[in-house]
Amino acid sequence: MSRYFTEDHEWIDVDGEVGTVGITEYAQEQLGDIVFVEVPEEGKELAKGDDAAVVESVKAASDIYAPVSGTVLEGNSDLADEPALVNTSPEEDGWFFKLTLSDAEELEGLMDESAYQAFVSKL
Amino acid sequence: MMSEVPSENAEIEDEVIDTEAPLPLDAWHRARGARMVAFAGYAMPIQYEGIMAEHLWTREQAGLFDVSHMGQVLFTGEGAAQALEVMLPGEIQALKAGQMRYSLLLNEEGGILDDLMITRRADDLYMVVNGATKYDDIGTFRDELPDAVTINFLEDQALIALQGPKAVDALARIVPGVEALFFMQAAGFAWHETPLWISRSGYTGEDGFEISVPADAVVALVEAIAAQPEVKPIGLGARDSLRLEAGLPLYGHDLDENANPVIADLTFAIQKRRRAEGGFHGAETILHQLAEGAPSKRVGLTVAGRMPVREGAKLYQGDALVGTVTSGGFAPSVNAPIAMGYVTVNLAIAGTALEAEVRGKRVPVTVASMPFIPHRYHRKGAAK
Repeated sequence: MSRYFTEDHEWIDVDGEVGTVGITEYAQEQLGDIVFVEVPEEGKELAKGDDAAVVESVKAASDIYAPVSGTVLEGNSDLADEPALVNTSPEEDGWFFKLTLSDAEELEGLMDESAYQAFVSKL
Repeated sequence: MMSEVPSENAEIEDEVIDTEAPLPLDAWHRARGARMVAFAGYAMPIQYEGIMAEHLWTREQAGLFDVSHMGQVLFTGEGAAQALEVMLPGEIQALKAGQMRYSLLLNEEGGILDDLMITRRADDLYMVVNGATKYDDIGTFRDELPDAVTINFLEDQALIALQGPKAVDALARIVPGVEALFFMQAAGFAWHETPLWISRSGYTGEDGFEISVPADAVVALVEAIAAQPEVKPIGLGARDSLRLEAGLPLYGHDLDENANPVIADLTFAIQKRRRAEGGFHGAETILHQLAEGAPSKRVGLTVAGRMPVREGAKLYQGDALVGTVTSGGFAPSVNAPIAMGYVTVNLAIAGTALEAEVRGKRVPVTVASMPFIPHRYHRKGAAK
């Protein structure tokens, strides 16, 4: 399994055709206390860059974009009861949604872990 | 992510370029780990450890706020109070020394240019206005007040607030005597050699104080206050959620020139003599609406579920557009989303069920009386 990152601070774990999407530790830290997460419904078709989910902190709502194109398999239902999982475990239990990738070549435009860390260190 | 959803988020980080010189506590906030954002033309701390924790700390202990972006203005000269009453619908002439009042700066039609606090002092009237509007306000005063009234913009004074049920314990240890003030009273004090002007007031719904201090002494003063065990520094984020829970409107969001004091449900700020005599901007319309009702009214809204309803969300009753949300977010002490907005007057009754539209979806909301969290002011004559 490989993990890729976007400049918008999403991560995607790819296992075969299935990707799991969340936001990074850096992103949750920037957002602050998360009070609500809206995840996409099963079957939703997403193109790379589409608005895929919404994360709400105390002060503002922010869009989560689809890092690659695909069809949503499921949203993380745990976030409905415990949105703060995004703060406490952004890169594991606080994942947002899983999707079936429609074009694996899109992954080539994303960053790997070391490239993302270098990107964040310059912010 | 990280691009905030347009039109529903403008809660805190107003799109103002950071053009002003740093405020006197700028370095102090940064050293404390604050996240700084552009607000009212300044870099201001939005949070330190987190909005939720800071909010709850203020409700239980004491929160220290830097509000030095706000404008502090002195008015002196013969007839200053009477002249101000043309623009302010409040009873200013009868204010006694050390007494303060919430008031509104009105345009010629009675629309709200700003909301403010005005205090009678021995030799002058002291006013605190909003940071984002202070230069416009001063321009309005210069244009409209007679030459006999002198306007002195106190650019070298910082302003801090200490808010919360333990604020009095913490501040009285540093400035003995402040505990004798009641809500909406103010007096001069000295801290070592530094003159302080302290009022028992604030914008969180809690007991607390606002302290005007010379900018060159403010770092030492906040060091002394922040060293008290009850006190933590609190950012603008929690200031916003605290005032929203307290039902207090924020200028530029819940109040603007389209609202007058009746529509904004701030008629408590028009005292009896002013209602009888009028003689302020927009009095004809305002007094008529006071008697007969205004077309719309500012209300509180509770929100079903967990999804925040934010500024800009439209309010519906069935298919009819009946209002707009002007502030909204997650309320840490309520532990649910709440909002404030304007609705047509026939719906401005607690319990009225409406729907807010958020990202194309309808969310049930209910008109609620405010405040959402009871005020805990230290009022004169109130049972302790």
